[in-house]
Amino acid sequence: MTATLTHDNVAAARRVSVPRAYRFELVKLVSQWRIRLLVLACWIAPALFVAAVSQQSTLPSDTLFGRWMHATGWAGTLVMLGFAGTWALPLLTSVVAGDVFASEDRLGTWRHLLVAVRSPRRIFAAKALASLTVILLLVAGLAASSTAGGIAAVGDQPLTGLDGHLLSPADAAGKVLLAWICVLAPTLAFAAIGLLGSVTLGRSPMGLLLPALVALAMQLAQMMPLPVAVRLALPSYAFIAWNGLFTSPTQLGPLLIGIVVSLLWAVTATVLAYALFLRRDFTNQTYDGSARRAVTTAGLPLAALVAVTVAVLASATGASGSGIEQDKVQRSVATAFAHLYRLQTEQLNRPAVTEAQLKATATCDKGSVKVAAEGPGNDWRCVVSWHLPGIEVAGTAIYQLDLTPDGRFMADGDGPKEVNGYFLVRTPTGDAPNPLWQFDGNVDLLATPKG
Amino acid sequence: MDTPLAVQARGITKCFGDVVALDSVDLDVAQGQIHGLVGPNGAGKTTLLGLLLGLAVADSGHLEILGTPLRRALAAPDGVAGFVDGPGLYPSLTARQNLAALAALRGHDARTAGVDDVLDQVGLTDVADDQARGFSLGMRQRLGLAAALLTKPRLLVLDEPSNGLDPAGKKHVHGVLTRLAADGTSVVLSSHRMDDLQALCSEATILATGRVVFSGPLSKLAAENRELDYRLLTSDPQAARRLALDAAAVRVVDDTGTRHDAEALVVRAPVPALDELVVRLVQAGIALRELAPLVSPLEAAFLALTEQKETGR
Repeated sequence: MTATLTHDNVAAARRVSVPRAYRFELVKLVSQWRIRLLVLACWIAPALFVAAVSQQSTLPSDTLFGRWMHATGWAGTLVMLGFAGTWALPLLTSVVAGDVFASEDRLGTWRHLLVAVRSPRRIFAAKALASLTVILLLVAGLAASSTAGGIAAVGDQPLTGLDGHLLSPADAAGKVLLAWICVLAPTLAFAAIGLLGSVTLGRSPMGLLLPALVALAMQLAQMMPLPVAVRLALPSYAFIAWNGLFTSPTQLGPLLIGIVVSLLWAVTATVLAYALFLRRDFTNQTYDGSARRAVTTAGLPLAALVAVTVAVLASATGASGSGIEQDKVQRSVATAFAHLYRLQTEQLNRPAVTEAQLKATATCDKGSVKVAAEGPGNDWRCVVSWHLPGIEVAGTAIYQLDLTPDGRFMADGDGPKEVNGYFLVRTPTGDAPNPLWQFDGNVDLLATPKG
Repeated sequence: MDTPLAVQARGITKCFGDVVALDSVDLDVAQGQIHGLVGPNGAGKTTLLGLLLGLAVADSGHLEILGTPLRRALAAPDGVAGFVDGPGLYPSLTARQNLAALAALRGHDARTAGVDDVLDQVGLTDVADDQARGFSLGMRQRLGLAAALLTKPRLLVLDEPSNGLDPAGKKHVHGVLTRLAADGTSVVLSSHRMDDLQALCSEATILATGRVVFSGPLSKLAAENRELDYRLLTSDPQAARRLALDAAAVRVVDDTGTRHDAEALVVRAPVPALDELVVRLVQAGIALRELAPLVSPLEAAFLALTEQKETGR
């Protein structure tokens, strides 16, 4: 005769709380040498890089704000932000979020973890939160380190904005901080894609690479002459939308859309990863994911999200085509020129003028007369005219523009030599970089053209 | 008097797609008993151990662990611990950190949870601060056992705990399991090694292709197989062979091609016939230098039962 054991001290299954599971996941993540190395690199390397580049005679002028690295310490962190959005952040999310589930597959520890925690839901929450924590730590390191390196090496001077207007050090600090906060949204989106890849593809290396591959594909897409609604519907746009913070007035439309789209991606990809994780059969030790399942359960919903977002953006903003139109280019070039002309005037110790007095205008055309003056290209040519108080004849200067599909342009002065034809100007204190020789600018893709 | 049961399984069936991993399996494990689970590869041992740990639920049947019926996954009551398919360890953590992290999951710190104590029990104190990355299979097994002990289990479920253990490690592990059982903890362990079962278990269940082919005391298992192969080493192998060929109920097994020792004689016989053969050898003036079963009675029983099942499929 037998009887079932009924101990008084035998408790029903006790699941581990999310905070405890989170701490457990954090311990595991931080114990990995590659995570430690990344944290160190993100907190040290940007400071060294920015400080070193700021001391060079040749600056990375093809990078946004790169040409101002000698002028202010705030430019360095923005150069780092541009680089981070292109390469570093998608790669960091790959290494952290892309591996957080796959590592358990690789180590064969799922059963152990399930027996210990007793709740796949809590395991998912703990892993997502732990990887998010590490990613935030890495982004904070990039921001703090590059800022510290720039300020220490160059100093806390005013920053020239993307339309040439000067931002006081306090304004620059606020906008730099805001810019770094804004890129957290697309970083979250790519982290969620990392979770999704890690859950869907198991120990397959494709899971680890997914955020980096998706980011690369989206960057390639951003380089194509896509309609503006499609461009804004991709989370990668938010990696460059912070540019709009450095114009006056601030180009908030694309920035806010970029953030909302990124957060939608973050939520959708996380929910998909969660649903797939809960459906997973943990009794199968050789789980390697399935390419077909990845496409149908993860790829298709995200593709549908893009389609819906494109439709909503197209109807809500009325944006069509590339968003780069002749009038918007002309306004942007004239505005930047006027701001920078004042800067040059100050450098040369001439009588001060205001933008209103200058009444700068630009006449821009693209390619030959047979080509419509719209869209990206390096064949834009602008003639800028301005007036000085008491002088009847308007001054003119010529610029060649290289305008990329995301609305960024680099204006290259083509004369006259005294205004924009030479990279240096002779100031009372010696030669200085000529702000009108080459300058960067930004066309608001969503702005309404006006006459 | 009732014998309290830590595990009571009735008619457990578990399928993975078209594959029937467990087919109407019954299992009783008493409190304080070390119960062996044996069977060839693919017999369903790991699946059954996974059910005991609560990693999955049976498709049909009734399973009660420590008095709690298991109706959904991960609902095994507190007091159940162990591992299947090897211990789950994190190679970037040291042995101590692995255990401390597990203790922290349950809200204990390493000191109050007895991390040092369980490391000592499994003989890993000397390598407590080494990363698990460099551990041998045997050390990993012992650390996995230590992790299970940390929860002060009332039912310990272990999949091949002796895998990769050296004699000293095996002694440690056997000592720990025996002490646990003496203190009232029930242990269910799978093993391919019948000598381990013989050393540890009072009862065993043999699975073959998902079905129970034997369950009960080891003594009963050994007794079920009456005819064994014995190896005899004598002073006159040729004469001994002739006597064996003439003996009733004794068959000479011609396996010289598979043995290194051509002088030895292998016979298959029930115990009374073997006794008679020994008497006749002695009467014929042939010295008997060695007499031993070729495989242990348990192993022979296991092979007989599982081979019958395999051929009967």
